[in-house]
Amino acid sequence: MLRLDDVSKVYRAGAFGGRELRAVSGVSFDVNAGEVVSLIGESGSGKSTLGRMILRLTPVSSGAITFDGTDIRALRSPKAYYRQVQGVFQDPFSCYNPVFKADRVFAMIKDEYFPRVAAAEWRERVEGALRGVRLDPGQVLGRYPHQLSGGQLQRMLIARAVLLDIRLLVADEIISMLDASTRIDVLNLLADLRAGGLGILFVTHDLSLGTYVSDRTVVLRHGSVVETGPTDLVFANPLHPYTRSLLAAVPRLHARWDEEEADPGETPCPYHGSPEGARTRPGLAEAEPGHFAACSGCAEGAGAPRKLAKEKA
Amino acid sequence: MSLTVTGLRVHYRTLRGDVKALDGVTFSVADGEIMGLAGESGSGKSTLGKSLIRLDGRMRHVGGTVELDGVTLPIGDDAAMNAHRFREVSLVPQYAMSALNPTRRIGRMVSELLASRGAGPETAELERRLELVGLSRDVLDRYPGELSGGMRQRVVMVISTLLDPSLLIADEVTSALDVSTQRAVARTLREFRDRGLVKSMIVVTHDIALVHQIADTITVMYAGRLAEKAPAEALVTAPRHPYTRMLISSLPEAGVRHEDRRLAGIPGAPPSLLDPPAGCRFRDRCPLAFARCAEQPPFAEVAPGHHVACWKAE
Ligand SMILES: Nc1ncnc2c1ncn2[C@@H]1O[C@H](COP(=O)(O)OP(=O)(O)OP(=O)(O)O)[C@@H](O)[C@H]1O
Ligand SMILES: Nc1ncnc2c1ncn2[C@@H]1O[C@H](COP(=O)(O)OP(=O)(O)O)[C@@H](O)[C@H]1O
Ligand code: SF4
Ligand SMILES: [Mg+2]
Ligand SMILES: [Mg+2]
Repeated sequence: MLRLDDVSKVYRAGAFGGRELRAVSGVSFDVNAGEVVSLIGESGSGKSTLGRMILRLTPVSSGAITFDGTDIRALRSPKAYYRQVQGVFQDPFSCYNPVFKADRVFAMIKDEYFPRVAAAEWRERVEGALRGVRLDPGQVLGRYPHQLSGGQLQRMLIARAVLLDIRLLVADEIISMLDASTRIDVLNLLADLRAGGLGILFVTHDLSLGTYVSDRTVVLRHGSVVETGPTDLVFANPLHPYTRSLLAAVPRLHARWDEEEADPGETPCPYHGSPEGARTRPGLAEAEPGHFAACSGCAEGAGAPRKLAKEKA
Repeated sequence: MSLTVTGLRVHYRTLRGDVKALDGVTFSVADGEIMGLAGESGSGKSTLGKSLIRLDGRMRHVGGTVELDGVTLPIGDDAAMNAHRFREVSLVPQYAMSALNPTRRIGRMVSELLASRGAGPETAELERRLELVGLSRDVLDRYPGELSGGMRQRVVMVISTLLDPSLLIADEVTSALDVSTQRAVARTLREFRDRGLVKSMIVVTHDIALVHQIADTITVMYAGRLAEKAPAEALVTAPRHPYTRMLISSLPEAGVRHEDRRLAGIPGAPPSLLDPPAGCRFRDRCPLAFARCAEQPPFAEVAPGHHVACWKAE
């Protein structure tokens, strides 16, 4: 359904756009109907940039993004695209206009996409979608954004995306602002939507949340894919040191950080330590069926970035 | 005794009536204590934080007192509170990262803030603190937009603690960060306390697994009231309030997958705070509810330092 093929993004930075910043380099992956793909990486790794390119909020610098085989740059009707593809982002406040009531976000999609639905039926649908994200319609409808908490606003945006009956959802760090029990509800909701055929790109920095719902995992570091594969394989057998450091940083209820600082030690480079025949994708070696990893920055991959997550200031 | 909050009630005025976002909250935070504050979204955590600093226009101090280091804070009186902000109590607000003025360089923001508090710029001290959180002095010459989320978050933490407040309230300061930066910021919080830059701290968060790493005690709020406060370890391993128990068991442990085991949230929704029902506010969702729960349970001490508001927890 959605396909990214060797996608890169270069931002012009600095006072006169003189400096170039390569936010994404040569990323390829698919998201199929009824599949959750989690995109994992620390901040600045290019996750949101990818999400924004898929939503056509920023242009692709090179490579191509296609939806049902059509390059999204060449779409004849962006409106038809947004009828099928929607995004929800991390900072919910930025999506609301403070001078209007928060439920205007629902009225806007009604005007835009469902002008013929009767008011009473629309109201029913809105309330159903709100209950789906564990909100009490009576408590949130008719209120201004500043009168709602961050988690309440976030869930209204998810409800809005659900109302549109879309085919692909780009969910960019949507649950970090939610409390634990609501998180599970929203993750379960995503799983149910997936069962109904929705494809989801689930952007997160937390591997354990990604693991809970996703079928496949793509790990991004400095804009490149360092590891990808079926989620159970990536989680059970992380090959790249960066993936392992992300896993180690997830706070756990029954282990104190101070106690588990042990160094993982040297492990062979997943790329250069693999047989030549396994290097079936550019820069990636296939260690087990469908499970790929990149060079860990070993001596043979000289010149490759060596910094690990822990060293990042 | 650093902070003592007694029967605090703060409501928001709205056209449809008062939202009783804090409805009788009593607890204390000792010198040197880091208290984690968790609870369902909308339960009043940010309202509690704001109440100790500045009531916005629609907030009304309906009852109760706040005492810091033996002095009663005039929380209902905005002008009188000015003498206490930053010096005695300081807040890093939720979404502080995106709230930094984008057109001001960091250095200028800091000197303006210090000037407004009648304090001079102490460059050496400022640089020492930036270093403590892992930032170089160069950040002073940069605009907020040029810093990553984690860097901005640490800048805000340095700014809010420059005047060595007795109490720091940090509202969701790690939620927007990736796991490795989260860890760095959380450790910085503890470092601030260990070095005596702040005496005690309230760390508001949804992430109990994270706050458990740095907090001495954890308090759980539910629908405008406190459900439980206990030493961090006890709250996580032996919670007594039914809501806390359900909250802890809804945390996804690393490695659990939806196909293998569907975790359960807490069915139902918290009551409306416009017109909350009498008695225990968790009643409709509580598997243990019985007749007596129609009466409000007291926030009683069931073990040393362990308070619970539940009839079944005695
Ligand atoms: N200005 C306001 N006017 C009316 N009601 C408000 C206002 N601000 C907050 N509320 C309500 O007060 C309650 C508590 O909100 P608060 O922001 O303290 O929640 P919170 O626990 O911090 O939630 P979150 O975890 O989502 O940040 C909520 O029901 C919210 O809708
Ligand atoms: N509009 C922009 N202009 C210039 N640089 C940007 C812009 N947006 C993002 N970047 C840079 O691109 C890189 C990737 O950012 P982003 O996609 O937001 O990462 P993530 O979502 O993984 O945290 C970062 O170095 C960031 O500073
Ligand atoms: S007081 Fe009653 S309703 Fe409330 S938590 Fe305890 S048992 Fe449940
Ligand atoms: Mg992002
Ligand atoms: Mg809040």
